[in-house]
Amino acid sequence: MKLYNGGKIITGLVIFLGIFLAPLAYNAGKAAYSQPKLKLPENEKECVESKEFMRTKHMQLLNEWRDYALRDGQRFYVNSKGKEFEMSLQKTCMKCHTNKAEFCDKCHNDASVTPYCWDCHIQPEGLKK
Amino acid sequence: MNNTRRNFLKFAGLTAAGLCVASAGSVIAAGTGSTIKDGEKALKAKRWGMVIDTKKAGTKEAIDALAKACHSVHNVPDIPGTQNVKWIWAVGFEEAFDQPNNYMDESLEKRQFAVLCNHCSSPSCVRVCPTKATYQRPDGIVAMDYHRCIGCRYCMAACPFGARSFNFMEPRLHLDLANLNKSFPTRMRGVVEKCNFCVDRLADGKIPACVEASQGALVFGDLSDPASEVRKVLREHYTIRRKPALGTEPGVYYII
Repeated sequence: MKLYNGGKIITGLVIFLGIFLAPLAYNAGKAAYSQPKLKLPENEKECVESKEFMRTKHMQLLNEWRDYALRDGQRFYVNSKGKEFEMSLQKTCMKCHTNKAEFCDKCHNDASVTPYCWDCHIQPEGLKK
Repeated sequence: MNNTRRNFLKFAGLTAAGLCVASAGSVIAAGTGSTIKDGEKALKAKRWGMVIDTKKAGTKEAIDALAKACHSVHNVPDIPGTQNVKWIWAVGFEEAFDQPNNYMDESLEKRQFAVLCNHCSSPSCVRVCPTKATYQRPDGIVAMDYHRCIGCRYCMAACPFGARSFNFMEPRLHLDLANLNKSFPTRMRGVVEKCNFCVDRLADGKIPACVEASQGALVFGDLSDPASEVRKVLREHYTIRRKPALGTEPGVYYII
């Protein structure tokens, strides 16, 4: 059996594999991704829902809260344990999570997401010119 | 031989149905078991309305004081020029009521009228909004969800009262950032905004900020309740509304 244009094909394959695997080689030996260390509230141990729920679903929860509060005029949320919370980002969430830079931004930056919450809502640190 | 096509299809159908039921069940089970309710303090009504006594609040200064109270509660910027954002402001008789009169009594000619969103019963802004960013609540308040506003300004074209303002620029550039009300958001560039009859304060059991600051010149209450204070005031005084011929049924009444 004869490989026509064998030299070119094999050279091409080697170059392709080299480029394809370059990111792996580049990152080899570096530490694996670890979740950022968040500054958790000192006075409060329990969030609105469980940690796992909040980690994965806080965006859906906030969207639901917005619609309940604005459209249905129902402003209180009773969680699965029977505890009551006012559905408000600024009046409830940010009362415990008093630092956006130390809490929200850490994961959002890591995940490269830019939610537009803070275009209008006021972060607890206040606004600067 | 039982392996007929008919049996195979039956089995496949049952399996598919079973999978559907199982996944639907797991979705329901994944719900957190939470409920929602409204606050105990919240003020409620079937139809919120307002009466403005223009004899008591009839000067630019008096109305500016109302505007200041409102604008500081809702983080409304003060932008010099023609692109200002206003929730409540002062205008003359002709501009407010579209009834020019060449021989008007002098006190009425000089009087200023506080104008704001009328929270109409059939609001034209709600009809034209393509994203339902503005909507009518069951209690008659025409509210806005700024998350949804795309800034098309149809509502501004539809509103016959000019009650809506557009954020032509970033409003935070013109706000006193040190003295914001931290329990209410600001807006962003490119959305329309207007008076919200203080839905945020009503939910906390408080009357609107302008009514609170007016020292009795503004009365707020349930128009559907014959025993309410607004109805009492409406019974005792002759009142007019802005542009009634347009049929939007404003909820703000003026004692002239």
